[in-house]
Amino acid sequence: MPKKLLRIALAGNPNSGKTTIFNNLTGTRQKVGNWPGVTVEKKEGEISRNGYDIKVIDLPGTYSLTPFSIEEIVARDFILEENPDVVIDIIDASNLERSLYLANQLRELDCKVIFALNMADLAKARGMQIDAGIMSDLLGVPVVFTVGNKGEGLKELIQTAVDLSESSSGIPEERRVRYSKDIEAAIADLKDVLIEQIDDTFPYNPRWIAIKLLEDDEIVKKRIRKKMGEPAESVIETARQLRGQLMGRFDEDPEIVMTDERYGFIAGIIREAVTNSIRRRVDISRNIDLVLTNRFLGFPIFIFFIWAMFQVTFTLGAYPMGWIDAGVGLLSSFVGGLLPAGLVRDLLVNGVIAGVGSIIIFLPNILLLFFCIALFEDTGYMSRAAFLMDKIMHLIGLHGKSFIPMLMGFGCNVPAIMATRTLESRKDRILTIMITPFMSCSARLPVYIVLAGTFFAASAGTVIFMLYVLGIVVAILTGRLFRSVLLRGFEAPFVMELPPYRMPMVKSLLIHMWDRSKMFLKKMGGIILVGSVVVWTLSTFPRDIEYSRDYGAEIGRINTVYAEKIGDAAPDRVEALKRERDELIQETKNLRSAEKARKSYIGRIGHIIEPVFEPIGIDWRGSVSLLTGFVAKEIVVSTMGVLYAVDEDDAESEALHSALKKSGMTPLSALALMLFVLLYIPCLATVAVIAQETGSIRWALFNVAYTTGVAWVMAFIVYQGGTLLGLG
Amino acid sequence: MRLSEMREGQTARIVAVNGETRLRRRILEMGLTKGSEIYIEKYAPLKDPLELIVKGCHVSLRVKEASEIQVVSET
Repeated sequence: MPKKLLRIALAGNPNSGKTTIFNNLTGTRQKVGNWPGVTVEKKEGEISRNGYDIKVIDLPGTYSLTPFSIEEIVARDFILEENPDVVIDIIDASNLERSLYLANQLRELDCKVIFALNMADLAKARGMQIDAGIMSDLLGVPVVFTVGNKGEGLKELIQTAVDLSESSSGIPEERRVRYSKDIEAAIADLKDVLIEQIDDTFPYNPRWIAIKLLEDDEIVKKRIRKKMGEPAESVIETARQLRGQLMGRFDEDPEIVMTDERYGFIAGIIREAVTNSIRRRVDISRNIDLVLTNRFLGFPIFIFFIWAMFQVTFTLGAYPMGWIDAGVGLLSSFVGGLLPAGLVRDLLVNGVIAGVGSIIIFLPNILLLFFCIALFEDTGYMSRAAFLMDKIMHLIGLHGKSFIPMLMGFGCNVPAIMATRTLESRKDRILTIMITPFMSCSARLPVYIVLAGTFFAASAGTVIFMLYVLGIVVAILTGRLFRSVLLRGFEAPFVMELPPYRMPMVKSLLIHMWDRSKMFLKKMGGIILVGSVVVWTLSTFPRDIEYSRDYGAEIGRINTVYAEKIGDAAPDRVEALKRERDELIQETKNLRSAEKARKSYIGRIGHIIEPVFEPIGIDWRGSVSLLTGFVAKEIVVSTMGVLYAVDEDDAESEALHSALKKSGMTPLSALALMLFVLLYIPCLATVAVIAQETGSIRWALFNVAYTTGVAWVMAFIVYQGGTLLGLG
Repeated sequence: MRLSEMREGQTARIVAVNGETRLRRRILEMGLTKGSEIYIEKYAPLKDPLELIVKGCHVSLRVKEASEIQVVSET
């Protein structure tokens, strides 16, 4: 017998323990993706119970179904349009009154709904007695007690869901939320007008549509216009008139009155079904907060946690990064050994393996960072961090939670931009993503070290520090600019819950960490692979370069000359002569690779774009280095090594220092180059992650154009200004 | 008086919530409805935002948002 398919959606407030229940139900059989068109995480899992294949869908955590935030729209649309067989509302039993608000909105939606009173043990411990029978009777909804973190009640929950899906009963009319007389009259009038215009195919509950229209819900208006066409206008017009009448009567927007009345209804339920409800939290959480958000200790502790997160992510992460680096090296020499020298080997080793290696190497960082973030979120500390930092971040037009991604940007922009997922408002998220690349990531540091070390030896530290500060200043100015020009309009209110601290569950942390990292690898892998192959192609072709000199013959000549010299020399001079010979050969080889680079496509592109970089004091070699830096910023240094004809292996050593000095680069042009590296186009991986997280390639391209524009202008001001002042 | 004028450790009852509709609705949905009792738990170290307890939950609000809420002090 084929199994029947059942779709169950989990709804609930943030911090209601919804994710824990989801994890416990589905285990590791989860699929994580995004809801179509938005960057809200979508989780699904499949289980087999009682002869059913059950697909569990985790809806975003929301407090309400008012379509103000993207999460709420996603959750509501799913229930309306996808018609899940059953919706389970996870209710924090110790937080009953507030949780019932969403619960009642779900009831109004006319879907089959079950209430799971979660963390019932906690509520009980606080002296709260909830009578599930009375509650179930009063609301016309099955009520099940669960303890998510212990997995209690889940079997019964699924059983109830299966039973409910097979029954045909909805919520009886008399159990619905009753509004006051005037509002009920308006709902009835509007419903009548609506029903006249629709037939049986109308997919929504008329009462619900009437309520939403009285609340002036723009999305519902759009929906019925689409479904009903012209007749929708008369319904909307009636709604507008009724709204006007209600406003006259209550001297208040009807949606506000209705919110109030829903809470009134809830208060009634609580009076009936709950005994000994307590007002204030008397648990350990308040005591923890006495320390963690303390006036004097709050910030030092916060800074310590952030420091620890940084250390874990980047210092601890450095060890596995070293192993991966070594592994990639081994793999490329292994593959190199298997294949004959030639184009295919070159493509595999220098294109594919090097390119994918450059992204895999971030994996330890990403895993550790997401572990730390999951820890902050699951314990409840994340909202305290936002509480502490909000005043400062608000000055840039951002939310307190934006602080963590921005700070992570100093390590690596890729995980930093992924960390913006903790932000709820899309505008905040985009703004934070747009300014995070100005945080000078660790890959830019080698460039500063080489250039500042060469040209500002004595004060290199100060110069590098100032670059970091400049990055922050540009980020702040950009934030203010974008907030007032691009992402203007309604700022998400800060109204935020500070949930009780909870012991995190290891399983949940690990699932969280792995899900997000998997997504990173999957999405990034392809783009990076293509990008590295393109850059490899540009720097490898054309193959048949006409060299200006015959380097092979020159090397042969050196060998002959020195073979003679060594033969004639006294025994104690032999070593010195050999060294001299090797140096000369290396020098010739370097000159050859420099010429090869110059004549490759990327070198030609460098020459073509040189006029663009000339006004900021960067020659064609600098331009090519910057171009290759698009793959990863640390490549800038190794490209400079090639182009300034130094052995690639000691690119960071003295050889490059002296080569740079000889090349005609001045301290001023070095400064312009460093500024450019600080501000210009984020690396390929960052651009890819911006496109992924904003859900649009346009934001990524905009960011590329904006950052590069800012970089050029800043470098131009510094270089030309410095030249005018005679500093060049 | 305004909620933003309250001090730490004080209790009050909400009389009215003003301001832009979306903000007002958000505030109401978090349980800050007319007539509910609130307790000012604390202000953040930089004096903004503030944390309060309503219906047993801890909620934080910016001072500017709190200034839209009219209350009567009960302490």
